[in-house]
Amino acid sequence: MKTAGVILAITLALALQTTLARFVIRGTVAVDLVLVVVIYVALTSGPVTGLLSGTLAGLVQDALSSGVIGIGGLAKTIVGFLAGIIGTQFIVAQPLPRFVVFFGATVLHALVFIGLYVLLDLRQFPSPVPAVTGQAVGNAIVGVIAFQLVELLPGAVERRRAARSRIRR
Amino acid sequence: MALLDIRQRSGYLFLAVVLGQIILISAQVNSHTGVPVLEAVAFGVFAEIQRATSAVVSGVRHGWSGYIGLRGVRAENDTLKRDLAAAQIQLQAQRALADRSRSLEQMLQLRDRSNLSTTAAEIIADSATPDFRTMTIDKGTRDGLRSDMAVLAPSGVVGRVVVPSARAAKVQLLIDRNAAAGALIERSRAQGVVVGGGDYRLRMDYVSEVSDVIVGDLVVTSGIDGIFPKGFVIGQVESVEKSGGAYKRIVVKPAVDFRSLEDVLVVLTPTPAREAGQAAPPEQPGRPEPGGSE
Repeated sequence: MKTAGVILAITLALALQTTLARFVIRGTVAVDLVLVVVIYVALTSGPVTGLLSGTLAGLVQDALSSGVIGIGGLAKTIVGFLAGIIGTQFIVAQPLPRFVVFFGATVLHALVFIGLYVLLDLRQFPSPVPAVTGQAVGNAIVGVIAFQLVELLPGAVERRRAARSRIRR
Repeated sequence: MALLDIRQRSGYLFLAVVLGQIILISAQVNSHTGVPVLEAVAFGVFAEIQRATSAVVSGVRHGWSGYIGLRGVRAENDTLKRDLAAAQIQLQAQRALADRSRSLEQMLQLRDRSNLSTTAAEIIADSATPDFRTMTIDKGTRDGLRSDMAVLAPSGVVGRVVVPSARAAKVQLLIDRNAAAGALIERSRAQGVVVGGGDYRLRMDYVSEVSDVIVGDLVVTSGIDGIFPKGFVIGQVESVEKSGGAYKRIVVKPAVDFRSLEDVLVVLTPTPAREAGQAAPPEQPGRPEPGGSE
């Protein structure tokens, strides 16, 4: 059930990501929704689920792009694994720590991703810092909002049901 | 249970997944040499294994061939020595053959250059006594040889035919004491008679004291003797002295090395002087005349 949910979330993120192509800023997508999902899953489910979801999401993302299959997967695997460890070792329940984790995970992902491409002399990334920073901030904001939404959603439903029942009385 | 184990050992799983993806990347990316990284790394690793295996095999093989396999080497060495000796003999024979071919080629060039009717002959014998400088060639009257025919070599004048037989002929060398040839200094056109001295030097007689002759001048045949065609090299002036009389004393170094002579050309075409001489009465024998005497 949980696995199906993860796969569904990744699929949804990919679908959204591909439809958000118009938000491209200087050739780099400002928000990587798939990465957000991976970090979220890692923080909520631990390192194993995090690395597996990172592997799956990254490989699918690589397969859908024209890059080398495995580089994005490797980057997201590392990020998912480390985010999962952080989620199990530290209390990441507040918006600020979540923002920091999302921000740091995105930077780490960019470091691995861009580093591998540059190391293998496959692609050049002129002045990547602004783009990475922008993406990290965007991911962090989206991630924190997603956490809040997911945490608020069950409560909101219950609160709405309770309010409805009080009105009927 | 297995899933639990995996969850407990997430580090191994992480490493396995990372390694798998590195391999996946390596399979797609080419190295600087154009070979995929995976292939390059695999080849590099396997090459080291091959190197190590080869070193072991080579060591064993060298050990075998250097010690155990040396039992038959002595006999093989003897055989090889014999083969080497035979090959050296063959090499000498081939070298001699090549030299002979070169000599014949020079002879052929001389024939073409001289524009004379000639026949090549091989020297088959030397003089019987050291007092006479003669040799025997393998051509005779059957080949059109007659007495007083000039014998030449690529480097210069050799002598003349004195005794022709059916299949061989005796040739008097120009260095023989009794041989002589009409000659002139090529540079100054001073005329004289070249006579043999019995050794490997010639003497040029009857050259006027006032003639211009210096050391190094080229001496060529004058053609007036009726035997030797005009213009063929006899040798070079080695020394010039005043004899006190009307003539110079001139020593000529022959152009031909008579000690290494192997093949010669016999001039079959009669010179104009000979043709004229055949019509005139024969000369009286005495001191060495141009053309010499037996």
